Amino acid sequence: MFSTLAPILLQATWETIYMVAVSLSIATLFGLPLGVLLATSGRGELFEALWFQRVFGPLVNATRSVPFIILAVAIIPFTRFVVGTSIGTSAAIVPLTVAAIPFIARIIEGAMREVDGGLIEAAQAMGARPVQVVTKVLLPEALPGIIHGLTLTAVTLIGYSAMVGAVGAGGLGDLGIRYGYQRFRPDVMAAVVITLIVVVQAVQSFGDYLARKADKRNI
Amino acid sequence: MIRLSNVQKTYAARRGSDEHIALRGINLDIAAGEIVGVIGRSGAGKSTLIRCINLLETPTSGTVTVDGTNVTTLSKRDLPLFRRQLGMVFQHFNLLSSRTVFDNIALPLELAGATKADIAKAVDPLLPLVGLEEKRDRYPAELSGGQKQRVGIARALSSNPKVLLCDEVTSALDPETTRQILTLLKDINKRLGLTMVVITHEMAVVKALCDRVAVMDGGVIVEEGAVEGIFADPKHATTQSLLADEFMDFRAGSDANNPANNTGAATTATAGQEG
Ligand SMILES: Nc1ncnc2c1ncn2[C@@H]1O[C@H](COP(=O)(O)OP(=O)(O)OP(=O)(O)O)[C@@H](O)[C@H]1O
Ligand SMILES: [Mg+2]
Repeated sequence: MFSTLAPILLQATWETIYMVAVSLSIATLFGLPLGVLLATSGRGELFEALWFQRVFGPLVNATRSVPFIILAVAIIPFTRFVVGTSIGTSAAIVPLTVAAIPFIARIIEGAMREVDGGLIEAAQAMGARPVQVVTKVLLPEALPGIIHGLTLTAVTLIGYSAMVGAVGAGGLGDLGIRYGYQRFRPDVMAAVVITLIVVVQAVQSFGDYLARKADKRNI
Repeated sequence: MIRLSNVQKTYAARRGSDEHIALRGINLDIAAGEIVGVIGRSGAGKSTLIRCINLLETPTSGTVTVDGTNVTTLSKRDLPLFRRQLGMVFQHFNLLSSRTVFDNIALPLELAGATKADIAKAVDPLLPLVGLEEKRDRYPAELSGGQKQRVGIARALSSNPKVLLCDEVTSALDPETTRQILTLLKDINKRLGLTMVVITHEMAVVKALCDRVAVMDGGVIVEEGAVEGIFADPKHATTQSLLADEFMDFRAGSDANNPANNTGAATTATAGQEG
């Protein structure tokens, strides 16, 4: 029995990892600059732009307050426009990415705001230009917090990917619903759950390890 | 070297606080190579004054001239270039926790776009100057307060500035470490001929380090002159009370650790002893 289950389980695990890795990467690409600008465009800050705060602050909050499964359904036309279909693993990446961008942006904003203002001042006194304050001071100092946040995002996305799995995206969630639930195979369900736990555990441990390595505040 | 002419600074009213006039017409002349102290009680406007010199604060009116240039009119683009000519040392060190001692000291050069070779050439001689050769690849979390401040000083010196601005640089340190840091600063002034502006609320720091002192109260300089003169014959009530504080310390028996008693012996050898 295990011999027939193993390949499907492996395939599903791979699909989950693929969905999460790709959506996390693309979301970071967009979320990073968004988070940096949210953290630096307030009154009296490096790139003061109050209109940016007023437009993107609420937008980020709005996206974050929509339950993921509703977001995934609501943006189906957009998903179809981007990947040509709304079904399948690649299609699932679109809602996962859209949900992760504001999440990551807030995490990066938060981590950057944690950096002691005295460091910004010291950098400016040394003759740092605003962009240099971000690249040389704020991001390196916020790195442990950013890694923690991205780990949290990855774990959340694993959960979300199981949800989109339920609407035909493949992955572990899909496997659990189709075999474990609909065909009543408790062994498959158990295997899926255990695999999810292992994957989440592995991601969390790896993220913690990276964050610890980046953190030079307590040596 | 530095001239402040009728400098005013008003902090605009914000939610929960009224408008506040921090500087009310400051006039101060600082010659090249001189160490000038600015002393006063908390809230007198000392930090605001020193921050107006490198334009971390923009004066509301008046002019700041550094090395013959009126810097109050500099554009946002030119401001960083100007600031690279001044080094600043802070009360709470403000070191980057993510960078080693070497990389912290290298930061101003990195910002200016120096090559790796030039950075090493500038930073390597600074490590023995501040007594930190052994800590080169350590992180700030592994250093004592005094060692952190040595990194702060080396960092301020690495871009070879003409002026060193020090805002309460010994206020977070114990008396013995304070004495060593003051010795180091005096030594640097002698060796490099740097102009220094030293903010403090302790007369002992002024006595140990400064050639001249300006006493501030309520956003104005109430008394100014050579250190010996001020100590011998304080005219203003603020100066007298600041001096009385020192006398109290003296009477309390802390004179052994009093920086005022340790003006001489400005060698890096002693500067490097602290652990
Ligand atoms: N950014 C600011 N906004 C509003 N008011 C400020 C600001 N910075 C300083 N002030 C006010 O200006 C006055 C002078 O402040 P400053 O920091 O220059 O004092 P100081 O002499 O350095 O005091 P301390 O010894 O406590 O450091 C204080 O009353 C302070 O509350
Ligand atoms: Mg101050």
